[in-house]
Amino acid sequence: MSVATYEYETKTLSPKAIRLRDMLVSYMKIVSRRLPDDVNKKLVELSKIEVDPLQELVYSTMKENQMLAEKLKRPSCQDTGVVQFFVKVGSNFPLLGELHDILTDAVVEVTKEAPLRHNAVQTFDEFNTGLNIGKGVPNIITEIDGNSDKLDMYVYLAGGGCSLPGIAKVLMPGEGYEGIVRFVMDQMTSYGINACPPLLVGIGVANSVEMAAMNSKLALMRRVDSVSPNANAAKMERLFEDGINYIGLGPQGLGGKKSVMGVNIVNTARHPSTIGVGLSVGCWSHRRGRIVLDGDLNYELPLNKGVEI
Amino acid sequence: MREFHLKTPIKDEDLADIRIGDIVYLDGIIVTCRDVAHRRVVEEKRKLPVNVKGKAILHAGPIVRQKDDGSYEMVAVGPTTSSRMEKFEEQFVKETGVKLIVGKGGMGPGTERACKNYKALHLVYPAGNAVYAATKVQRIIDAQWKDLGMPETLWVNQVKDFGPLIVSIDTNGDNLFEKNKVEFNRRKEEKIKEISKQVSFIK
Ligand code: SF4
Repeated sequence: MSVATYEYETKTLSPKAIRLRDMLVSYMKIVSRRLPDDVNKKLVELSKIEVDPLQELVYSTMKENQMLAEKLKRPSCQDTGVVQFFVKVGSNFPLLGELHDILTDAVVEVTKEAPLRHNAVQTFDEFNTGLNIGKGVPNIITEIDGNSDKLDMYVYLAGGGCSLPGIAKVLMPGEGYEGIVRFVMDQMTSYGINACPPLLVGIGVANSVEMAAMNSKLALMRRVDSVSPNANAAKMERLFEDGINYIGLGPQGLGGKKSVMGVNIVNTARHPSTIGVGLSVGCWSHRRGRIVLDGDLNYELPLNKGVEI
Repeated sequence: MREFHLKTPIKDEDLADIRIGDIVYLDGIIVTCRDVAHRRVVEEKRKLPVNVKGKAILHAGPIVRQKDDGSYEMVAVGPTTSSRMEKFEEQFVKETGVKLIVGKGGMGPGTERACKNYKALHLVYPAGNAVYAATKVQRIIDAQWKDLGMPETLWVNQVKDFGPLIVSIDTNGDNLFEKNKVEFNRRKEEKIKEISKQVSFIK
């Protein structure tokens, strides 16, 4: 059988860029095995509520697994996803021009070291590159944040099971926010159930389909216990959280008292004739990291108290 | 919720008393087998290069490390969504004589028929717990169809106390997830009505 291959030449990086790449490699290894503080805290809370024998067994397996992953220094879930970076960067960040190469190289490196599963399949040619990079992968979404020298970046390991429920659509204004309710709730019982609940549900509202979808993904970058700054959106978050919990998906969709870790909504303005709505879902193993760096590469890890790289 | 310990090769009578919602721990052989392998057996009529009669398959794409001596080590293994294999599973069970199908989430009517007619179970391992599962793999004893890449290769695992595996379809064809879904959907409709009344932001 002929096997296509993907050519990747290691990038020539400046010494400072190499330093950043290596920092990111060690951080991503941690992200692949250790859940962020907000997720951990929520899972502990939920495990105290799900006390029936079957549900308790699942939660205690989860706890044991995370301990083993840390101890053996292995990725906690075998699906280490497609690596996504959501970047906010000032125009004076010294490595701005090299950033794309740094991130790509870091993914190749961490894939070998962690090791991560090979998850980049070239579309149409349909072969696995074996490197976790490919056309447009890793996903790098960049926002220029004025002329500061800072980099503020989320890294997210987007698994297949939790990417599967993703959906976006443009509603007519006549369908109203009521239309969003059915759109989200229907997806919970059809696809959410297989996305390894308890879930983090991200909802995006915007003018068009790609903006709504992006907002819904950015909603997954917010902490599980965060609240939208908009009063109506915050109200809708609360209603969804109660509503989806009432469905009672339980851990792994086996039934239980709760379904979600949280519901986050990110909204931008819309066209008078459209309501774009997007839905993204994160699984219980929500491996999202955040690193904030200044121009000298001094870093902070706001989601991982006490962790050093 | 009762607990059972099974050992491969598994016989029909070993499964007779096991019901949905029960827990199983497995000793013996479990082979990772997912999308393309199912397609090859069912659509392309190729013979599975591993004999799984009386044994278990796992819908999974693991992380495996090859050691310096050429042998393989299971780093992390956990199930993937079983429903993707629903289309093939009835025929697959018939062809191969496999007894346990382990995955994530529920499966449908074809698998229910297979479990009933050929005496097999569908079970779920709580996904995301891939290191825990990997520590129950004593050894990888074979690897076939390696041309499919790491996630899709048939990895043949010798396991001890592999579980917890929660029975989702039993040999009566009863289906835990389908039962739950009826209730989930009822509650969902109730809430859609309730929430919709409170979000009339367009006035
Ligand atoms: S949905 Fe998440 S926890 Fe479940 S298998 Fe996929 S990545 Fe792992």
